[in-house]
Amino acid sequence: MSQYAFNWRRFWAVVFKEFIQMRRDRLTFGMMVGIPMVQLILFGYAINSNPKHLPTAIYAADNSPFSRTVIWALRNSSYFDLRREAHSAAEIQNWLAEGKVQFAVTVPVDFARKLLRGEQPDLLLEADATDPSAVGFAQAAVNQLATTVINRDLTGPLARLRASAPPFNLVTHQHYNPESISQYNIVPGLIGVMLTMTMIIITGLAITRERERGTMENLLSTPVHPGEVILGKIMPYIMVGYVQMTLVLIAAKFLFNVPFIGSVPLLVALTFLFIVANLAVGITFSTIARNQLQAVQMAFFFFLPSLLLSGYMFPFRGMPGWAQGIGECLPLTHFLRVVRGVLLKGNGLAECAPDLWPIALFVAVMLAIGIKRYRQTLD
Amino acid sequence: MGASEFAIDVHGVTKTFGARTVVNDIAMQVRPGEIYGFLGPNGSGKTTFLRMLCGLLKPDAGSGHCLGLDFRRESAEIKKRVGYMTQKFSFYEDLTIEENLDFIARLYEVPQRRAAVDKSLERLGMTGRRTQLAGTLSGGWKQRLALSACLIHEPQLLLLDEPTAGVDPKARRDFWEEIHSLAAGGLTFLITTHYMDEASRCHRLAYIAYGNLLVSGTVAEVVKAGGLTTWEVTGDNLPALAGKLRGRSGVEQVVAFGATLHVSGRDAEKLCAAVKPFMTGAQCWVKIESGLEDVFISLMETAKDNFS
Repeated sequence: MSQYAFNWRRFWAVVFKEFIQMRRDRLTFGMMVGIPMVQLILFGYAINSNPKHLPTAIYAADNSPFSRTVIWALRNSSYFDLRREAHSAAEIQNWLAEGKVQFAVTVPVDFARKLLRGEQPDLLLEADATDPSAVGFAQAAVNQLATTVINRDLTGPLARLRASAPPFNLVTHQHYNPESISQYNIVPGLIGVMLTMTMIIITGLAITRERERGTMENLLSTPVHPGEVILGKIMPYIMVGYVQMTLVLIAAKFLFNVPFIGSVPLLVALTFLFIVANLAVGITFSTIARNQLQAVQMAFFFFLPSLLLSGYMFPFRGMPGWAQGIGECLPLTHFLRVVRGVLLKGNGLAECAPDLWPIALFVAVMLAIGIKRYRQTLD
Repeated sequence: MGASEFAIDVHGVTKTFGARTVVNDIAMQVRPGEIYGFLGPNGSGKTTFLRMLCGLLKPDAGSGHCLGLDFRRESAEIKKRVGYMTQKFSFYEDLTIEENLDFIARLYEVPQRRAAVDKSLERLGMTGRRTQLAGTLSGGWKQRLALSACLIHEPQLLLLDEPTAGVDPKARRDFWEEIHSLAAGGLTFLITTHYMDEASRCHRLAYIAYGNLLVSGTVAEVVKAGGLTTWEVTGDNLPALAGKLRGRSGVEQVVAFGATLHVSGRDAEKLCAAVKPFMTGAQCWVKIESGLEDVFISLMETAKDNFS
């Protein structure tokens, strides 16, 4: 039996050989170092489950010292970033629908008057609750604020108002997802995540496989045009993508009871642009990757920030500016807004448009890189 | 310019990859129905030349015609009339024999595709195994499948890149029989190979080394152009003798062929002077006609001095 005994020298020979091969495959080596670094940076710096500085619109129909105090207090809470001032209630609704603001505060016309009379006027806080985790903390903060903020202004004869119950009522409206059901946010978003995963990995693999097995050379020696090869290869996967989407939509509707407020046909049509964006990434990766393993690694490298920075898992607005900047470049970020917008908010084409052109731009840039790298001939 | 007289008529063909010239100013004329052998050491530019002919690579310089079409500008038309068999088996191992043939036939838009596929299967003798996966075929059968697939669109010119590498002698012989019968029918072949027996089965051949075409013509012409004188030595102590002969001026090659030794040189007189002291009667020395292999190795050595 001694001839089969574990031999340390042979063992080290194998170890040594593996290290040499690891070093030769630069891309794999880079990924082994790069992926942990990216994860570290994203989880360590970008992700924040207690988002602050959320864009907020204010509609101050009553321009009194009291309303100014309320506004000042909101700003000071660090949860609200007062970016827009509305001139009508309709404007507020539009901004919420388009996702331009997360919150809207409405100070009603006779706020000051009622306050002084001790009538406890309403202060309206509206939230875009498609992503419940983005609004939870901010709402809690504002509730606390309401009881204390005005007290400073209630001096002299007004001090009596302090003793009574809160000087005004904070009324909050959670739009689009009033019960804060996180599935409403996650399940539609899953369509985008799944399409990203499948489209990029599968197209990357499908084209790299042809090259790795040598069948691409054979293909190109026939009269077939490279465009016919690429389109022919991705067409089946577009269909697969739609099958996946249908499955998730059915599950969303019947298992999770996600509201379908907007038009499903519109969503299906807009999804095509997103699928094309991911296919473009897959094709571009396949022109860079030398083998299937590299294609998968590159897909993962793209998928990771897509998952973390798009607002799928963590509130987009909780991230620092640079991370939001990266997120804005990713098609998934915009697609999530589209899919949540259509299903939960009932958005139409006009409301979706601000998120469609970035995807289109992404497609154009990716295809330009991909086509530049993909040459008809093998050289 | 007799574009129709030759199946392949190109000159000045050059291709560089970065600073490396892989194919350098090569001219080639192949007549219709000819089997043209293309030889040369590994990495000498044979595959690159074939790829340029069928439009897979763009030549950096050169002009001429392939099947009467401008080989630089009309590569799309040329592709329709040429069959190219790659060095490595490059069909889909996860498709069946029939599916592979059918796919290729579709790409070439073969009229009456079903009939063409059936005919091809029949010729292959694989009608009964049409649903077998191509990946499960043995080397010889894979090569036959590849040849059939290349023929399905009835091309006028076949470019075969080391078609018989790793194929057993019987299968190789059958393969060459088939090639000769196809050539008799008017099909033109350009075949790269490393086998001398295959080279001698070609009507004409060309030898390329380091991107340069060194010699071309019939086997006899090539041997003559090599200008090599060869002595065959039989007897005892050949390895010791070989050691002594190597490095002597005038002796360019000392090669053991089983129980014999081939001693060659280009300068017949110098070679004679060099070997004379060893003709002591212990071995038997006979002057023979140089073989193709001797000539090629001699050409390669010379080319190495000149070009690299």
